[in-house]
Amino acid sequence: MKIDRQQLIERTYARKSPAAYIRVGLDTGGIAAGALLLYERLKKIVAEKHLPIEVERVGSLGLSYLDPVVEIQSATLPRLFYGHIQPELAEELLTAHLDRHEVLDRHVIARFDPGEESTPVPNGKTPQLVFVLDTDTDENDKTDFILFSLREEIKRSIAANPPSVIRALDMRLYNKGVVVWIPHLGITYTHVLAPDVTRIVHQTLIKGEVVEDLRFKAPDKQQRVVLRNCGLIDPERIEDYLAVDGYQAFEKVLFAPSSDPVIDELKASGLRGRGGAGFPTWLKWKITRDVPSDIKYVVCNGDEGDPGAFMDRSVLESDPHSVIEGLLIAARCIGATTGYFYIRAEYPLAIKRMQNALDQAKELGLIGKNILGSGWDFDMKIRLGAGAFVCGEETALIASIEGKRGSPSPRPPYPSVSGLWGKPTAINNVETLAGIPAILQMGGASYGAIGHEQSRGTKVFAVTGKVRNAQLIEVPMGTTLRDIVYEICGGCQGKAAVKAVQTGGPSGGVIPEAKLDSPVSYESLRDLGSIMGSGGMLVMDENDCMVDIAKFYLKFCVDESCGKCAPCRVGGYQMLQLLDKIARGMGEASDVPLIRSICISMQNASLCGLGQTAPNPVLSTLRYFESEYQAYIEGGRSYARKMKKLREGGEVVRIP
Amino acid sequence: MNTIQAKINGMPVTVPAGTTILEAARSVQVKIPTLCKHEDLLPTAACGLCIVNIKGSPKKPRACSTPIENGMEITTHDEALTEIRRTVLELILSNHPNSCQTCGRNGSCELQTLAGDFGIRRDAIPRFVRDLPEDHSNGSIVLDFAKCIKCGRCIQVCQEVQNVWALSFLQRGINTRMAPAGDITLAESPCIKCGQCAAHCPTGAIVENDENHKVWEALKNPELHCTVQVAPSVRVALGEEFGLPPGTNLTGKIYTALRRLGFQAVFDTNFSADLTIMEEASEFVERFANGKGKLPLITSCCPSWTDFMEKYHYDFIDNFSTAKSPQQMLGVLAKTYYAEKRKIDPSRIYQVSIMPCTAKKAERVRPQLQSNPGIPDVDAVLTTRELARMIKNAGIDFKHLPEEEYDSPLGASTGAAVIFGVTGGVMEAALRTVYAVLNDGKDLPGVTFMPVRGMEGIKEASVDVPINGQNVTVKLAVAHTLKNAKILMDKVRAGEADYHFIEIMACPGGCIGGGGQPQPVNADVRAARTAAVYKVDEVMTIRQSHKNPDVIALYENWLGKPLGEKSHHLLHTHYKAQPREV
Repeated sequence: MKIDRQQLIERTYARKSPAAYIRVGLDTGGIAAGALLLYERLKKIVAEKHLPIEVERVGSLGLSYLDPVVEIQSATLPRLFYGHIQPELAEELLTAHLDRHEVLDRHVIARFDPGEESTPVPNGKTPQLVFVLDTDTDENDKTDFILFSLREEIKRSIAANPPSVIRALDMRLYNKGVVVWIPHLGITYTHVLAPDVTRIVHQTLIKGEVVEDLRFKAPDKQQRVVLRNCGLIDPERIEDYLAVDGYQAFEKVLFAPSSDPVIDELKASGLRGRGGAGFPTWLKWKITRDVPSDIKYVVCNGDEGDPGAFMDRSVLESDPHSVIEGLLIAARCIGATTGYFYIRAEYPLAIKRMQNALDQAKELGLIGKNILGSGWDFDMKIRLGAGAFVCGEETALIASIEGKRGSPSPRPPYPSVSGLWGKPTAINNVETLAGIPAILQMGGASYGAIGHEQSRGTKVFAVTGKVRNAQLIEVPMGTTLRDIVYEICGGCQGKAAVKAVQTGGPSGGVIPEAKLDSPVSYESLRDLGSIMGSGGMLVMDENDCMVDIAKFYLKFCVDESCGKCAPCRVGGYQMLQLLDKIARGMGEASDVPLIRSICISMQNASLCGLGQTAPNPVLSTLRYFESEYQAYIEGGRSYARKMKKLREGGEVVRIP
Repeated sequence: MNTIQAKINGMPVTVPAGTTILEAARSVQVKIPTLCKHEDLLPTAACGLCIVNIKGSPKKPRACSTPIENGMEITTHDEALTEIRRTVLELILSNHPNSCQTCGRNGSCELQTLAGDFGIRRDAIPRFVRDLPEDHSNGSIVLDFAKCIKCGRCIQVCQEVQNVWALSFLQRGINTRMAPAGDITLAESPCIKCGQCAAHCPTGAIVENDENHKVWEALKNPELHCTVQVAPSVRVALGEEFGLPPGTNLTGKIYTALRRLGFQAVFDTNFSADLTIMEEASEFVERFANGKGKLPLITSCCPSWTDFMEKYHYDFIDNFSTAKSPQQMLGVLAKTYYAEKRKIDPSRIYQVSIMPCTAKKAERVRPQLQSNPGIPDVDAVLTTRELARMIKNAGIDFKHLPEEEYDSPLGASTGAAVIFGVTGGVMEAALRTVYAVLNDGKDLPGVTFMPVRGMEGIKEASVDVPINGQNVTVKLAVAHTLKNAKILMDKVRAGEADYHFIEIMACPGGCIGGGGQPQPVNADVRAARTAAVYKVDEVMTIRQSHKNPDVIALYENWLGKPLGEKSHHLLHTHYKAQPREV
């Protein structure tokens, strides 16, 4: 028995081919930016005026810097994504699209098409839109100049159905001069100067020819596998997930005579745990599967706690069913009897959506007794983390689910052999699980074709900090840090240049600008003194003091240390005192060697990953920026005071 | 059993599968330093000192929790490991008060020893110690939180061995501290004062409440007549404090030392152990043969067990033997029988007992145990460790002391009395007498009863006693550690067992493993003490309590008969439920 997908979709899925819709990105980030108010206002207006358009809820596209984000398609205009649509713009957006058939100025997110959906134009007449934006700078930009020139030239040259020229909000290209995007022709021009305007109008808009020397041909740096549905489907409706082939991979696994093919596919995909440590997923499953036991558990680790990281939250809020499907596949594969979602309590919306998704899946018979008539019983429960970072460590997580104090235990025994309540337990991160249905559908080999050396596939990063466009991205492994920081996220905010990038959260290290050409992979990041981690990426500019950065991350680990093992409990605290002493200009020459020896003892003698990796921010800043430490030690208190003042005043402070 | 072959520092080792690297290293005389792993307990892997190198592995796993595997090539000591260990040790020291001279564990502290071994001569890392007030609330055990190194042994022993859950970790990170669960005082906690936390503590964070000064005061006071009693298990353990091997029987030297300390009468708790058996065995016979009172009869000479029962198993109050413990029986007799005999005003008698036990300090002040309200039968309780300090303080060369005898009339004892100090001992001693009483005075064949001996957590046995020519089966159960006690009581409560007689001792191995005994303690030490106790019994000519001539004389001349009116008044007690929310 399989899900009667078609019937379900037809019965309840009203927007199979909706003529007109507005989708509002309602994740925590969007809601914080006003998306919920916007959503309610849109609903109200549509209901009151009986407008022929559906207002729908979706998750996050990851474009945090553009929240609230809206996707709209109306009868007369193509599918467009808007950013920064404040609730006050609700009425204006509806009138523009439905009454005036116009596109809102300064709000379109150009060159963005994350989904497979085409851009249908229902009335058959191509509305010609031309978007313009200066991607070099926000100040004194040349957009208006090119925009007016284009309009003038169009007015002069095209009489019938003239294209509209609109200032975009974001081109998703940076430092490429003035960019012109012509969606109906699928053409992007970069570095457009005044003399190019006539060529664009006459060659491209009138004759439909491409101006080759202006054309931007580079492919999209991003590739969405885990985030495939995020921001495109309603996370609160299982029908939406089914409509994008959800649970098909699970059905196949459920009725397969053996779990070997799944393990083989995962092996071919090269997928490694996305929680940070990068253990091969297929191997973890195989080991757990091969331990004989009548009771086994699968656990989804959603205790995302790195400062600045929001990958798991976004996936849980935007596409919870993909995680459930991933966990179901894992469970079926290893022969688990119960599954747990461990989600931190600070993620109320994620918890709500996850619970809702679980209820829906149960109702459909995907969870519970005799799943889809297969004879297989499997139950899933949600457990909330109470805010301890260390509970993301698997043995501490197990203790926490068991109702004990969340502190790690020695391994071996590994959870695969003896985990939750002493039973074999496979623990996978949210991102790992969310990707699995897609990987199985696309085939392990095709996923494995993406990537770099031992790191295959794609990885989600939450890029934050001094970066121009903080957002959630998914890139193939092997993408350089430079591409991520400059090409995708637009470099630094303000005048100061990028100084370093911190990956891996408090367990990771700082990578200096000069090393940004390194590809993103488990190995290369490790070699740089950092780690892949779960995907937090913090960009720092020249105003960031590396001693402060080291202090910040170390303080986080000191606060979050469970206190069980001496190296982490005392070592972290003592090192923090030493860093503080240096930052206050009271440091002594002997402090740096002492810090180094504490780092070494913590790395080697701490019980769990938290303590073992807590010195990374300190060691990596010492590795690349020791001169900053020395400057404080040599400069003393007056130097420390001066630096503090300069930074607080926003001046660019470079230390040689 | 599968065996593992590996190499430690180049030396081949062959050990059973499942052996940890730490244990395997011991087999080739390699000591890997550790501050958290205790042989009695599962590894917590907290201190981080026992890291080792395994060839081919980039990590440095902990020897305490890593099972050795076939073909492993392990290095336990090299420059890098020593450097890391030194830093970890310095970190631990940086968070520990520098007050060794005034510490209760001065000289027996594992941290102090290790710091000495590592040759640490200065504070490499600035010291910071949180100012946490000590907890003196419960009179038996003192918690000095500042000295805690968070190894977790006390919590493990309290939760996993004793199932008491009085102690736990509070807070986290650098603020992590060991404390009574719920951050209350120890007196308010469910602590049953067994002192196993103190026995397992590597530092001076948990120590017995030292009452030496009280005893010194009394000994100096010319108005007082100081008497003393020594518990059975003290004599086989005290020597460890003076560098003698565990299990050295020092009864005679202890008598001498106590006399030299200034005690005017040196009694032996073994005497009152025989007396306890007389009362308890009679009680059993009453209940078993005459149907007067509830079965199973449960022993009550362990004060921690009594405390635990009143808190969590008070539905068995009527099953408890009402006989006082030997300490209390001797105390009351010293102030009545002995006082009368020697014509001393009982209020001038200062009775000190030397016990292996911290809970005896609490038993002393139980209101139900004071025959004359307001005047305790026992005035001070010293643990074995405290006695050792007194002896050292008094300048007595203990090892070379001559051996002397106990004082009459409360000193003579039988083999049955000395085995009180071991799990199963009270049961065996009682059985020796019960058997004879039920069987017309005919002895248990071979005197001993082996099925109740040994270190198994719960021992079950039965014995056929011929009563009026018919064999009647008496079913027995013996448990030590309160985790096992709970299992046993739950079984009885659920009706899954129909024992007639149950013996429970709170400490592992019984009193020989008591919370007041010398440190360190482990299975080998307990085995040696146990063997010594049985050895003392074996060489005794009189091995049954009812044959103790002084006990017989006591009943004939003064007390009447077991369970008689005078005994009832002086030698029996009652219990009061102290329910706690579980």
